[in-house]
Amino acid sequence: MGNPTPTPSSRSDPASPCAYLTSLAASVAQLYVSHGKRRGGRSRPDESLPDRREALPGAWGPGLQPLRKVGSASGTMLLRAAWRRAAVAVTAAPGPKPAAPTRGLRLRVGDHAPQSAVTADTTAAPEAGPVLRPLYMDVQATTPLDPRVLDAMLPYLINYYGNPHSRTHAYGWESEAAMERARQQVASLIGADPREIIFTSGATESNNIAIKGVARFYRSRKKHLITTQTEHKCVLDSCRSLEAEGFQVTYLPVQKSGIIDLKELEAAIQPDTSLVSVMTVNNEIGVKQPIAEIGQICSSRKVYFHTDAAQAVGKIPLNVNDMKIDLMSISGHKIYGPKGVGAIYIRRRPRVRVEALQSGGGQERGMRSGTVPTPLVVGLGAACEVAQQEMEYDHKRISKLAERLIQNIMKSLPDVVMNGDPEHHYPGCINLSFAYVEGESLLMALKDVALSSGSACTSASLEPSYVLRAIGTDEDLAHSSIRFGIGRFTTEEEVDYTVEKCIQHVKRLREMSPLWEMVQDGIDLKSIKWTQH
Amino acid sequence: MAASSRAQVLDLYRAMLRESKRFSSYNYRTYAVRRIRDAFRENKNVKDPVEIQTLVNKAKRDLEVIRRQ
Repeated sequence: MGNPTPTPSSRSDPASPCAYLTSLAASVAQLYVSHGKRRGGRSRPDESLPDRREALPGAWGPGLQPLRKVGSASGTMLLRAAWRRAAVAVTAAPGPKPAAPTRGLRLRVGDHAPQSAVTADTTAAPEAGPVLRPLYMDVQATTPLDPRVLDAMLPYLINYYGNPHSRTHAYGWESEAAMERARQQVASLIGADPREIIFTSGATESNNIAIKGVARFYRSRKKHLITTQTEHKCVLDSCRSLEAEGFQVTYLPVQKSGIIDLKELEAAIQPDTSLVSVMTVNNEIGVKQPIAEIGQICSSRKVYFHTDAAQAVGKIPLNVNDMKIDLMSISGHKIYGPKGVGAIYIRRRPRVRVEALQSGGGQERGMRSGTVPTPLVVGLGAACEVAQQEMEYDHKRISKLAERLIQNIMKSLPDVVMNGDPEHHYPGCINLSFAYVEGESLLMALKDVALSSGSACTSASLEPSYVLRAIGTDEDLAHSSIRFGIGRFTTEEEVDYTVEKCIQHVKRLREMSPLWEMVQDGIDLKSIKWTQH
Repeated sequence: MAASSRAQVLDLYRAMLRESKRFSSYNYRTYAVRRIRDAFRENKNVKDPVEIQTLVNKAKRDLEVIRRQ
């Protein structure tokens, strides 16, 4: 069969970690069913290794091949588990037995069930399996690539690597064809014309182009912009830099539900307003703004309407013509596409003029110079097409899972507040505040679930998110908010596990909290006079 | 048309489920199995042969996608 000779790594070194290793190697060697030559470790002459840790990978390396042919997945898993245990034994303090690994990563529900049955009876230690990763419940930060998207991208990463702007050879032509096909796919998702889609490096760049580009183009006549207080950081930052250039910006407040007041918007529009920017679905609290109504107001007052639809595209039905949207930002990695690509929709009828931010060779109709990354835009196009097909199925499923999560948490725990309007809400983004519990400690306690409190862009700072402050949550509730994200690949078991762990840890943290004790005793926290030290 | 007979469709369904179980990531694996099951169940009452053929072709393409992963 041509199996390479397995070189047993076990050297007869009397030191205890290696004694363990030799016994391990002996048990592994017993799996070499098909191989006649049995080279037991102990019969080899004494050879002390210069550095045991470095010898391990190389020594185990050749031994991997025969196992793969013998026992398929279970064999490889066993070997991997054995190697890991050996590595733990070597690097940990020397002792006769390895300590039970307390890495804290939980066994995934229903995961690796067939393999664990095989490994259980052939190894000594109970824990066997590849490194377990936390459950991913943070889809607002980013999403995994859909396998269909990866499949669409692969040819353009391997064989069809031409620059789409090369007009003289087949590599360029086929890349250009792929780019145009992707443009058509993105356009059909939002009801636009392909000529109105410009590819960018992400929603942040799209937002910059939309806000700065429109404002600067109409600078001579219009100097006012309107946006909301709950926008994404890139929108707020663009507005701030425009203020430094001499523009005026009105930051509309939001109601307690997170939705803006349409009358306030109408009142804020001035004769010299050039742009209104309101995001479709908020990335922190998941509220859906009334985009169709805002579009109606803006078009009647002849003001351009831009919406940051990064979290909404492909998840809720959007049509730029029905909703009278003039500019829209799209992000690739929020809709199960690749990171590093996005698009901006710029209306042509009536034409919206935008001043280009990036100077260069005039690609993308002069609005965004620079080589268009073919594999990435092909991925974006495929992601949009998949999203269009799966939108209904995903929405139904995510709504069901979200209902389940909220119901189960709310019925087992008192004093839990959901931030954001419960009706105009995208179900996949749930922001809950657990009173009398500190958010960071809850996040750390839920270490085998990947969650976040507030958006990824602002998670580095310690202050509570500005979005929660804008909707008027109290400081202490804002500190204890967690955002649960449910996506296309989230399973029921993951949701149930998250709910169970959440309830368990919140109860535990509340037991430890003196504020909770006081509340149980009936003391009103607002009436306490905290003494100054 | 042989390709759209009941046996062929069932063979396709079994092949797709078998291939989907080979995904190494838990999330992809569970999604593929669930989606394939739901899609076949949803379309089980389709009668128009042209539509059936389109669906079967799409399923074959998706099977190739899963095989390549």
